[in-house]
Amino acid sequence: MAEPEKEEKRKKNRVKLREQPPMERARNFKEVPYGYSPDEAVEEASRCLNCKKPTCIDGCPVEVYIPQFINLIKEKKFLEACHKVKEKNALPAICGRVCPQEIQCESLCVLGKKGQPVAIGNLERFVADYEAEQGEVKLPEKPRPTGRKVAIIGSGPGGLTCASDLIQSGHQVTLFEALHKPSGVLVYGIPEFRLPKAIVEREVEYIKKLGVELILNTIIGKLYTVDELLNDKGYDACFIATGAGLPMFMGIPGENLNGVYSANEFLTRANLMKAYLFPEYDTPIRIGKKVAVFGGGNVAMDAARVALRLGAEKVYLVYRRSEVEMPARKAEVHHAKEEGIEFVMLANPTRLIDDGKGNVCAVECIKMEG
Amino acid sequence: MFKILQKQELSENITLFDIDAKDIAKKAEPGNFILLKIHEQGERIPLTIADFDREKGTLTIVFQKVGKTTYHLGTLNEGDFISDIVGPLGTPSHIENLGKVVCIGGGVGIAPVYPVTRALKHAGNSVYSIIGARSKSLLFWEDKMRDVSDELIVTTDDGSYGRKTVVTVPLEELLKENKDIKLVVAIGPAIMMKFVCKTTEKYNVKTVVSLNSIMVDGTGMCGGCRVDVGGESKFCCVDGPEFDGHKVNFDLLMERQKMYLEDEKEALRIYQEKVGE
Repeated sequence: MAEPEKEEKRKKNRVKLREQPPMERARNFKEVPYGYSPDEAVEEASRCLNCKKPTCIDGCPVEVYIPQFINLIKEKKFLEACHKVKEKNALPAICGRVCPQEIQCESLCVLGKKGQPVAIGNLERFVADYEAEQGEVKLPEKPRPTGRKVAIIGSGPGGLTCASDLIQSGHQVTLFEALHKPSGVLVYGIPEFRLPKAIVEREVEYIKKLGVELILNTIIGKLYTVDELLNDKGYDACFIATGAGLPMFMGIPGENLNGVYSANEFLTRANLMKAYLFPEYDTPIRIGKKVAVFGGGNVAMDAARVALRLGAEKVYLVYRRSEVEMPARKAEVHHAKEEGIEFVMLANPTRLIDDGKGNVCAVECIKMEG
Repeated sequence: MFKILQKQELSENITLFDIDAKDIAKKAEPGNFILLKIHEQGERIPLTIADFDREKGTLTIVFQKVGKTTYHLGTLNEGDFISDIVGPLGTPSHIENLGKVVCIGGGVGIAPVYPVTRALKHAGNSVYSIIGARSKSLLFWEDKMRDVSDELIVTTDDGSYGRKTVVTVPLEELLKENKDIKLVVAIGPAIMMKFVCKTTEKYNVKTVVSLNSIMVDGTGMCGGCRVDVGGESKFCCVDGPEFDGHKVNFDLLMERQKMYLEDEKEALRIYQEKVGE
């Protein structure tokens, strides 16, 4: 009876994604997980039960044909599998990496009731990377032009997704971006080790190949207003995908001391401006020996892990509630801990302390009740 | 890519570019600024718009060579391109006819105060202007400022030209003589703006300053440019760059401007070594 038991175990546990060792990766910006090999992908895909009524699709905001693409992986038709994903999602290499699958598609996978759900995200990433490695990226057939023109404001994930959907419906699409590079939070916010920028560029290239026009360094509202786009520039519609990128400060004393950053500024300097390559790149960044990051979401994890990679000796993650309430993805929390970030829970910052020269040197917190 | 149409050395270390930027010129107003990035590895630096010509579609910027980026910028010539320029950014100056006003430009700050001075003059104000620099070799745009002012006073710290004094001295004289001065606009080094504000406070005259804080994105996304205005954190890029000078915490601004001093020196040293200066 050994065989079925083994089979049972295999069905319960997903194929692990190989990763860079924690202590090695904590000092470099290279991607943490390596991605599946073709054999690993086939093995993981074979865990899929191919449910008659697949629930996973309901958890996907863009309704990727999940069981179909997984089936194609089982048959080792990796390129076809990628094309199947792309029928619904133009950004599979990005979504495979940074979508919160555990609360979306994977949360509804039947296998998750008794064991681990199928690693849909890892498989999506695999097919996208496989296609890119093969070097032949297939473009879908051009739809019939509708003669309509749409302006999309912001080239982050929302803008890119909207652009690909609209262009594939036959509309003419222009993406307006405020920064000097497209992709919004995918380039200024999410660090290289979680989402390599070469991959983002690859997906943006694909969107451009579909026929989307991309205009950088353009702030709608300043350079052109929405009214001008609609009335003077001939757009029939406008999609505002500017995100919610405003920093929130806590309003505590000492917040304007040198060495105090919003996560947006810290990550923008490091990621978009490549301050980690200073002075080869011109943008500087300041890293103390000891860094405290306030918050418990994915952005806090990113900031803490970037600080570590920039050379901080010790990084504390300070969160006012307890670990169960942390909004960050479990995988991110796990990675951060593995890399040596110290979690300080139930601590709420009340004051940042001056070293007498205008620099932050200490943080005062109050202990919260658990 | 933005083409440099004209280059002019205005004074020792201060350079002017006219840049082909039709759409920005069309929307630019006095008080606005732009962010520019020279090339792929470059940093984004804010520069207040010194002038704009909507018909020609040009934007004028004036910069002083102080760090790696501005030194590098100074090596570019007519016909060269700047990879990225975004703007117009910030809230434009509030322009109205108030009666008597004073406009003060210190050092490279003479450039951004010029379009504000012109707009105030065109709105019908009587404009007294004061421009000052460390010495004669750093002064520029005296003629342009004279053209848009009813009276122009020039000062140098070393007395090599105009009056040997700092801008606050003639300012105080004007405030004593003219009780009906309604507004003072001052653009220059933070320390100058601080003392202009100290002077005007005594006479209770509204004072507008344009702050040059460190910036990254310029759209309100990062908060790196925050300044303390009346006890509140404001973002220079979207709430400013102009603020009520009597409410600005200049000491904090100056501390924050120093944040990357060491890095900036190091970057400049490496750059100058590389280009053999």
